[in-house]
Amino acid sequence: MQKITKYVLLDILRNRFMIAYTLLLLLISFSLFMLEDSTAKALLGLMNVVLFIIPLVSLVFATIYLYNASEFIELMLSQPIRRRVLLTRLYGGLAFSFFVAMFVGLGIPVLLYAPSVQGLLLVAAGSTLSLIFSALALLASVITRDKARGIGVALLLWVYFAFVFDGLVLLVLFQFADYPLETPMIVLTMMNPVDLSRIFLLLQVDMAAMLGFTGAVFQKYFSGITGQLISAAVLLMWVFIPLWLSVKKFNKRDL
Amino acid sequence: MIEIKNIYKNFGRLAALSNINLNLLAGETIAMIGPNGSGKTTLIKTLLGLVIPDKGDVLFNGQSVLNQWQYRERIGYMPQIGRYPDNMRIGQIIDMMVDLRRDKAGKTDLELIQRLGIDRILDKPMRTLSGGTRQKVSACLAFMFHPDVLILDEPTAGLDPLSSEILKDKIAKEKERGRLIIITSHILSDLDDLVTEVVYMQDGVMKFHKKVEELQEQTGEMRLNKVMAVLMDPCYDPVMQ
Repeated sequence: MQKITKYVLLDILRNRFMIAYTLLLLLISFSLFMLEDSTAKALLGLMNVVLFIIPLVSLVFATIYLYNASEFIELMLSQPIRRRVLLTRLYGGLAFSFFVAMFVGLGIPVLLYAPSVQGLLLVAAGSTLSLIFSALALLASVITRDKARGIGVALLLWVYFAFVFDGLVLLVLFQFADYPLETPMIVLTMMNPVDLSRIFLLLQVDMAAMLGFTGAVFQKYFSGITGQLISAAVLLMWVFIPLWLSVKKFNKRDL
Repeated sequence: MIEIKNIYKNFGRLAALSNINLNLLAGETIAMIGPNGSGKTTLIKTLLGLVIPDKGDVLFNGQSVLNQWQYRERIGYMPQIGRYPDNMRIGQIIDMMVDLRRDKAGKTDLELIQRLGIDRILDKPMRTLSGGTRQKVSACLAFMFHPDVLILDEPTAGLDPLSSEILKDKIAKEKERGRLIIITSHILSDLDDLVTEVVYMQDGVMKFHKKVEELQEQTGEMRLNKVMAVLMDPCYDPVMQ
């Protein structure tokens, strides 16, 4: 059933939006590297791109793509093809094309200007976030039948992870300021892949000071091998749980 | 060949199918008739596994089709409204289908593609096609892989008379080969010489499943649309006949 992947990939890579997205990433990365005098600063700037733009683009593009593929899905499912296979291949095609965009748009500039561990981790974080948010988009599009509502759900998810979640964390911090919050903070961080990647990256570029008071705790936790393994596992869970839920839901869905 | 057992399906509060039981055998040509919204398409989609029934089971050669996919190798489906990826060309769709479901011998049936003139417009993008041309493409795809079961949802709606004749001729040929053919249609005159059995549905309930001869005898009419007109007449009472 590799053939389905082939057709999905051909379709996405021909998509003009994907090409525009790659060029935009390329433009941002090159201009940041050329404008900033130190590569560390440029990497920090790129980090913000990775943390805000990539989740947004992955969510919106993947949701729109999946809704537009509804004809293709219907056609395929009246053929001898398993539902699970079709859905995972659609996701695989999306994930792969995001990888390509990420590699060309972010990877090449980073390799040229800052071929360091930090730079590579940034590209890795970008790819992981693309994977996570396209899995969430898959879930959004499987759950809601209506295209407009599906895109609405996707945007809400982005607003939640990018802004609302931080507000909630602050609220918790102020409400429970009298208690030791270090461990609960780490657990809370795991609940948001954007925050998790941010902290991970900040620690890598030695900016733990920016995290202030809890920075030391994070430093201790995330620089240990267990901490890193656990956060990697949590990020993977953020990919597989939405994926698994979508397959489960899709298997029962009427077309 | 296909056995439908106590199928129930609700869409929200609407009962789309309730307690449908049917036994369809190879060699039969079945006309599924009923007003709009009577559940014909839902029933067909249940056979294909596109709609999952709330209760009941569909057996294909004695095997349940729920959560199965392999059995669709033996079905050719022509949907009522064919929906295809807009940015693909007719030729690409056909090549993709051949690539995906070529049978072991690698043989495909290209008769309809040639007779309907699809081979002359292979590089037209799907989004530019008219409804009728889309229908033709759907028909070609349904017949292409020598399926044992043909499911045709409104096959001749939207086709010009010539294409419609070609399609009917092809259906007749497949009937000769002993395929099970399921057709839904409103244009009953189209089905006259083809159909061997009639399934009549209304409001998600199967009213009857009878052989055409039996119905002709019962109503005293020969042509299918007359037969159905008599049967659908609210004053008609089978006991009185």
